[in-house]
Amino acid sequence: MSGLERLGLVEAKRLLARREISAVELTRACLEAMERHRRLNAFVTETPERALAMAEAADGRLARGEAGLLEGLPIAVKDLFCTEGVRTTAASKILANFVPPYESTVTAKLWAAGAVLLGKTNLDEFAMGSSNTTSAFGPVINPWTPPGQEPPLVPGGSSGGSAAAVAGRLCPAATGTDTGGSIRQPASFCGIVGIKPTYGRCSRFGIVAFASSLDQAGAFARSVADAALLLQAMAGFDPKDSTSADLPVPDWVGGLTGRVKGLRIGIPKEYRLDGMPAEIEALWARGAEWLRAAGAELVEVSLPHTRCALPTYYIVAPAEASSNLARYDGMRYGLRVPGRDLVETYKKTRGEGFGAEVRRRILIGTYVLSAGYYDAYYLKAQKVRRKIVQDFEAAFARCDALLTPTAPSAAFAIGEKSDDPVAMYLNDVFTVTVNLAGLPGISVPAGLSASGLPLGLQVIGRPWDEATILDVARALEEAAEFRALPPLLAEG
Amino acid sequence: MSLDRATVARVADLARIAVPEEQLEPLVGELAKILAWVEQLAEVDTGGVEPLRSVHPIRRAWRADEVADGNCREAILANAPERENGFFVVPRVVE
Repeated sequence: MSGLERLGLVEAKRLLARREISAVELTRACLEAMERHRRLNAFVTETPERALAMAEAADGRLARGEAGLLEGLPIAVKDLFCTEGVRTTAASKILANFVPPYESTVTAKLWAAGAVLLGKTNLDEFAMGSSNTTSAFGPVINPWTPPGQEPPLVPGGSSGGSAAAVAGRLCPAATGTDTGGSIRQPASFCGIVGIKPTYGRCSRFGIVAFASSLDQAGAFARSVADAALLLQAMAGFDPKDSTSADLPVPDWVGGLTGRVKGLRIGIPKEYRLDGMPAEIEALWARGAEWLRAAGAELVEVSLPHTRCALPTYYIVAPAEASSNLARYDGMRYGLRVPGRDLVETYKKTRGEGFGAEVRRRILIGTYVLSAGYYDAYYLKAQKVRRKIVQDFEAAFARCDALLTPTAPSAAFAIGEKSDDPVAMYLNDVFTVTVNLAGLPGISVPAGLSASGLPLGLQVIGRPWDEATILDVARALEEAAEFRALPPLLAEG
Repeated sequence: MSLDRATVARVADLARIAVPEEQLEPLVGELAKILAWVEQLAEVDTGGVEPLRSVHPIRRAWRADEVADGNCREAILANAPERENGFFVVPRVVE
């Protein structure tokens, strides 16, 4: 049976439960699609043998009536989650041959729920980037790239491989991580759904750390219901991560109604940026109108410190990264480049092992944490961060969720913005505030740009209130009726 | 605050990252631009504001002091760049 790779998670789950399709058939269809579209460079490592063995075991459990929540559903995993016995690179030369002897908690939960690992997806090196062009394994191509366009479009980043794989129908869903927008921005660029839950909702154990106070795992899929299903299996308390929340995980799948009647939706006025493309502004207004028509009440709110969010992020995140990445010293695992003595070995290892953007961020982080500058940069950023959190608290006193654009533009071409770090950082202007405040956020495809590229809308919720943003996202999804397919699939 | 070549070289040394001489100058420009951009935070009045270290209160994660794993030498050494007789081999530390 062909075309199975185009099924969504919920639909595939239904067909598997009725035994109309088998997990092996479904997995094989995805593996074939991955092979067909290798040009996208969405995967760093494919795991076809493991996938088929896992699918076969899932078929056995389905036959015995022992199906888990994701039984037999093939999933791609961002190559930032440690997978036991499967190379985990963080798209860095320094971890190019690293094979973890342990499993991340999030992926362990997926396999316990019966999911099938298709492979590890490409990303910006150590998840540092917004275009997937900093990967040591080469850039990922956005499936929405018009045929023949050179250079091709970026899928966004850092979870670019996961987003491209789901958008290109290589797999029904994938995991991602989001530190400043790394799930939501690529979801917007690739015309799919991407959700980052509340900080603490998913365990960070076994996820290669970038900025520990901001990193959070989340899900990519082609519908809100599918994203809710994958997230359901990923979330939950983990004693191995002291920042993971000891709270029950609500039934997001069963609770999803798409009802927004009576909800107050905040429109933050500071997100109306100077020079924002008119089509983004129009899409945002259309989204607000859809929600109003569905019975929600629109409220203008103010987040006065919005313009401080990116500068705050570019102090806090590099500072935490410089500390986290100090562990890559070439001694116990990873690349080692020998020097004359220990210090020179460290320097050569890290100089050759890290790419330009990672080096840049480690140096910024080291600088802002260094003696004499700590108060002026790092402490100052932590104080502004509190003001950003307070902005959201005040806004949520007047509304139940916020509606914003996800990104300030549609996907751009590979190489664009690469020579100007600050221009690249501006991609995350609407998403980064959510990480600084630890809130849940979701991006939903809402329309196409004048040049036919997908554009997303973002819904932001109160801490631990993923249920509301899923309902609002579902309402947007119903109104938007986004059915467009990337040109990749039209090519055949 | 302006950034010069010597400061970048010193920070690279602290971060234990070798930066080839010819890459130092462009790096000074890039880092200076990023720092100039983040310095707009100086305009924000943060008088009396407590720095935020964690978005949610962190509870003390107490657990019983019990051995939870062990006897996994092979797993620990599996990714070692160099190993010998069940140990990591590292460059000489004491001269």
